[in-house]
Amino acid sequence: KIVMPPTPWVAEYIWLSGKNTFSDIRSKYKTVTNVDYDKVTLKDMTNWNFDGSSTGQNKGLNTEILIKPVAMFPHPFMKRAKAVLCECFYTDGTPTPQNTRKIANDFFNKYKSDVPWFGLEQEYFLFKDGIPFEWPQGGFPAPQADYYCGNGRQVCGRNIVLQHYEVCLEIGLKISGVNAEVAPAQWEFQVGPCVGIEAGDHMIMARWVFQKLAEQNNIDVNYEPKPIKGDWNGSGCHMNFSTEAMRLPGGMKEITAACERLSKTFVDDVKFYGGDNNERMTGHHETSKLSEFTYGIGTRHTSVRIGNDVAASGKGYFEDRRPAANIDPYLATARFFTSSMGYPGPSVSCLEPQVWWAALEQEASALRKNPNVSKAKL
Amino acid sequence: MQPESWIAEYVWLSGKNTYNDVRSKYKTITNISIEQATVDKLPEWNFDGSSTGQHRGDNTEIVIRPAAMYNHPFLQSAKVVLCECFYPDGTPEKNNTRIVAKKIFDAHTADEPMFGLEQEYFIYKGGAPFMWPENGFPAPQADYYCGNGSQVTGREIALEHYQACLRMELKISGMNAEVAPSQWEFQVGPCVGIEEGDHLVMARWCYQKIAEKYGLEINYEPKPIKGDWNGSGCHMNFSTKAMREKGGIKAINDAVKNLEKTFLDDVKFYGGDNNQRMTGAHETSKLSEFTSGIGTRHTSVRIGNDIAAAGQGYFEDRRPASNIDPYLATARLYSSSMGYPGPAVDCLEPQAWWAELEAEAKKNGQ
Repeated sequence: KIVMPPTPWVAEYIWLSGKNTFSDIRSKYKTVTNVDYDKVTLKDMTNWNFDGSSTGQNKGLNTEILIKPVAMFPHPFMKRAKAVLCECFYTDGTPTPQNTRKIANDFFNKYKSDVPWFGLEQEYFLFKDGIPFEWPQGGFPAPQADYYCGNGRQVCGRNIVLQHYEVCLEIGLKISGVNAEVAPAQWEFQVGPCVGIEAGDHMIMARWVFQKLAEQNNIDVNYEPKPIKGDWNGSGCHMNFSTEAMRLPGGMKEITAACERLSKTFVDDVKFYGGDNNERMTGHHETSKLSEFTYGIGTRHTSVRIGNDVAASGKGYFEDRRPAANIDPYLATARFFTSSMGYPGPSVSCLEPQVWWAALEQEASALRKNPNVSKAKL
Repeated sequence: MQPESWIAEYVWLSGKNTYNDVRSKYKTITNISIEQATVDKLPEWNFDGSSTGQHRGDNTEIVIRPAAMYNHPFLQSAKVVLCECFYPDGTPEKNNTRIVAKKIFDAHTADEPMFGLEQEYFIYKGGAPFMWPENGFPAPQADYYCGNGSQVTGREIALEHYQACLRMELKISGMNAEVAPSQWEFQVGPCVGIEEGDHLVMARWCYQKIAEKYGLEINYEPKPIKGDWNGSGCHMNFSTKAMREKGGIKAINDAVKNLEKTFLDDVKFYGGDNNQRMTGAHETSKLSEFTSGIGTRHTSVRIGNDIAAAGQGYFEDRRPASNIDPYLATARLYSSSMGYPGPAVDCLEPQAWWAELEAEAKKNGQ
């Protein structure tokens, strides 16, 4: 029986090149000729490779880096095309150091039965030509008051934010909501609820979509934790989290147990919550101090917040408010999960060491000896 | 009933180069329907050679003979017809390199030589790379290769070209942003024999159309910007049937050994001014020596890790520049790899730097 070969279609292979997980997102296009677009599934997508010496990922003269497809979505901007998220490996089969997805996935697979759910609140600024979008040249806009969820001409950048929201929903990313944030040209989208590794995948894909829109509109998406010094909000990525046990009746007990565990490992946990996060976590602008661990009901100045609704119903989820906008979502979700549950988790050696860690450790040590903040009673 | 008329755009190479000296004119076809049309049914045509510098003496006609036909990417109910040029006496016009290559490919069809060419280029506007700052330079190379974000320039144009070529049913296997800002690459293949040159020339013709539409130029110079900015190459991936079969790595190694013998004349087919690009930096090797390696990007030839592991496949010649004549370059790589007689160096415009190359190679004891 003679069958017509399928009409060629385009797959954009996407990978993280290691400088960060929000703008160093690379991709290239492949014409797929061996499988029909309408019938293709992830397992049909073949491994590929790229020139690691052009992204600074190669080890020595053997420069090939393998990219292995791990998730596939419809392409947001091209018809009859797919966006294929990949993991990076050296040619000997070992994962590259930037392949934090594999590190996280190994933990999520090990503790599958907990069914960990995540909701991540990605804050960011829109920037253009080095300053926040539509801020006055050489000056500042009116002080923060009317921007958060505002409507009116004080709000900057809504068009591109809504375009991002619609495009993400069209390709099946789990974006649960969007809002204007406290600073002008600052916005937030929420990714979730996602199970395990899916949170990282959907976050990376949403950031990749934003890179495309940024390119098309000649703007930049700024994920710095504290881009503007002074009385202007920084950008966080609060993580909402629960296990199946927390979501069932009596789950409140599991939530408080998790908070108690987090109070023990917090000095190393916060290292996973974003480089330069020390600049954002001042104790002002609805942040807590990184050098202590606190939690409370409905409180926004604590490390962790348990919602009033959750406390009332005795089950649900809780929110870690410490993570910054620039987190690696794979490492941050895996670390948050394992520390909450008291499991061994990703090690600090996965991370680029930061100068401020030493000061953090000293301050935490000093505070432990003379605690002046008590946990809110439940 | 007379068939419905349709348009054939006849395309030919006029000899200055094979990337922008790509000429064409339109013919209304009335005697066969577009559905029934095949390349052998299309008539020969001719043009005024004195207007393209191709004529010999007072008899200025150049005959254009259809060689391949494709869907027209921009006109409805139309085809594009790639042609070869001949003098009125039937002899091939002196720039007709397609016929030179075809003769070599036709002599050994059992080899089934397969090619994949990686065409790099810059998008230019008004004499400078597209969207580079006026009188300045963009941020140094690091974030452009396969990048996404406002640092990337020209994607809409590269994508329009990619999709137009797919409409023509050209074998464009992929596309990516390259190391320098406004530098891009598309890959043509896998094609057997003469098809590679045809598909690359047609892809370049398609780009001339797009450039015309937007007032841009596609720059195929091997080293358009001096300094710490990548040049543009056209790496050639190649295999024969024997190399693709089990144990084919032996045939690959034999080919690499052959290439070492003839490299000094081979590189002359790999693009004028290629000496400016092949410095040993920016992932290039030196033209005056022949080297090969597994997974290496600083050698003349690279054998992929996957090929070495499987023991069969293809290899990559990284020396060719973006401005190659794909007919001559593919025929020369093929014949040199196999130890067959190939196109002669006198097909080419002599270059000033060849003498220097030969001197340097002699000094290195090659």
